[in-house]
Amino acid sequence: MTPLVTLPMLLPLLAAAVSIGFGSFRIVQRLISVVTLSGTATISAFLLSRVDREGQVVVQVGGWSAPIGITLVADRLAAIMLLVASLMLLAVLLFAIGQPGAETHHTGFHPVYLILASGIALAFLTGDLFNLFVAFEVTLMASYVLITLGGRADQVRSGMTYVVISLLASNLFLLALAFIYAATGTVNLADLSSRIADLPDGLRSGLAVLLIVVFGVKAAIFPLFFWLPDSYPTAPTPVTAVFAGLLTKVGVYAIIRSQTLLFPPDTQPGNLLLVVAGLTMVVGVFGAITQNDIKRILSFHIVSQIGYMIMGLGLFTLAGLAGAVFYIIHHIVVKTTLFLVAGLVEQRAGTGQLARLSGLARFEPTLAVLFLVPALSLAGIPPFSGFVAKLALIGAGIGAGQYVIVAVSLVVSLLTLFSMIKIWSNAFWGLMGVGDAPLARAASRRSRALMTGSTVALAGLSMAIVLWAGPLYALSERTAQDLMDTRPYVDTVLGS
Amino acid sequence: MTVLLVVVAGVLWACGTYLVLGRQLSRIIIGIGLLGHGVNVLLVLAGGGGGTPAFVGGDPAQFTDPLPQAFVLTAIVITFGVIAFLLALAYRSWLVTSDDEVEDDVEDRRIAREAEGIAEMGAEA
Repeated sequence: MTPLVTLPMLLPLLAAAVSIGFGSFRIVQRLISVVTLSGTATISAFLLSRVDREGQVVVQVGGWSAPIGITLVADRLAAIMLLVASLMLLAVLLFAIGQPGAETHHTGFHPVYLILASGIALAFLTGDLFNLFVAFEVTLMASYVLITLGGRADQVRSGMTYVVISLLASNLFLLALAFIYAATGTVNLADLSSRIADLPDGLRSGLAVLLIVVFGVKAAIFPLFFWLPDSYPTAPTPVTAVFAGLLTKVGVYAIIRSQTLLFPPDTQPGNLLLVVAGLTMVVGVFGAITQNDIKRILSFHIVSQIGYMIMGLGLFTLAGLAGAVFYIIHHIVVKTTLFLVAGLVEQRAGTGQLARLSGLARFEPTLAVLFLVPALSLAGIPPFSGFVAKLALIGAGIGAGQYVIVAVSLVVSLLTLFSMIKIWSNAFWGLMGVGDAPLARAASRRSRALMTGSTVALAGLSMAIVLWAGPLYALSERTAQDLMDTRPYVDTVLGS
Repeated sequence: MTVLLVVVAGVLWACGTYLVLGRQLSRIIIGIGLLGHGVNVLLVLAGGGGGTPAFVGGDPAQFTDPLPQAFVLTAIVITFGVIAFLLALAYRSWLVTSDDEVEDDVEDRRIAREAEGIAEMGAEA
């Protein structure tokens, strides 16, 4: 079973190397990327179905056994994340090929994009903390290049903020690693889970909070999110869409993984997490309301939505974790779709400034519908996927007796709807044309088909989440079961 | 020796933090470099006291723990790559704006000004 676990990471890396060689043949690069990412998606689907049937798959790279060697583990959570991530990467790649801009003008786009895919896969699959650091660095390095790809003044400025903040977080991560290694003498997650339990209480809580801070910067939780709305909107649309959908969720994944596996339930900083979750939701959505640019509004919503996932973790009940997992799946799909729609709006009208947009619904009815589906889903209106996800979380919150956070999350949903209406009434309604913005030069038929096609596919995927909400929630519940009871994970890793 | 290294790491972090808080990119980059060195010193410390060289014979019980050294090596390589990228970015920033200050976010400033305007209107009324 080794190839199934290693391929999602190795395949894109290898393809990136080949892709650089074909720098002047864009068509070959495109072919390589599409084939590779389709392959990764297929492999991830197989991996998920296998893991779901037979439990964790563990690979000891190089044959060195667990605590010493490098371990790759695919459990349900990792496999789900991997599958959703590879589907997003594929869809956004197709969008990027269609969009005149970043992909066409830069030889480096395809190789770097593939390296990003590889880093994300490694972050999900790794079974050791130092490897997680390496995976973060691979992902971040690729993201630094992607976010500054145009080399425009505003991109350099926002890229700089992004790079410096990420570097500080990486340094803190290394610091946490040094402390953890000094205290326990291991960095293998399964091994750590038993050794951290033996540490004194104060040290344990200190390490738990240090890891939350480190991953919290990546996940953009309150009060560590300020870099995100500054840096995401300036990047080319496909890049922003992938970052919005996946990068912060890698941070959330790391928080969930480290908190559930490493720290026993009695030292869970549960209430701290709930407070942070509530503040993240509220501050994020207020930020979104003040903004006047579609991409910036959506960027603040990323922050706000992260709060819901942390809320599920903070409840630390089976239902809460299941809700969080379901919410992550829904959120990745919906958020990526919304950013692609924002890209289509910018493409059509030449701007994302709400003040300069008007009446798009009359000229582009398809676009209006495409926006409405994920926007209502994000706000949690039935029958869209956001409704199911929020219902699961709120049910879990009431079940755990945490009424304050439930109330906060409901109010934030309303405010989310409000800011979506703001985009809708400014950009899509109105009698004017597309405002005083110069019309962007008409994209070719093929490129329009690719861009709209990939966006429609993603919107369809978010509807599919609703249609198959039952089986998907059951899967989330099995995943949450794994997270609550870590013994099988630890035994499989250390035993083989 | 251990105390000395802890102090060295502390001083590196203090200097690094000070430099990173500035607005000039060249200072920030040097600051990031210092922070990286500080962490590397701590990582070496995490391996415990010194011993005989690992893997070249002798009693395995006396070996220095080689794992943190491998960590540090990886971390140094990564920091090296990232700092090279940062320098390129700073150079680009200098080409585009002809200085190396980190500039304000225009959109952010605009919204802050709007908010101030609203507050002033409220005060006048």
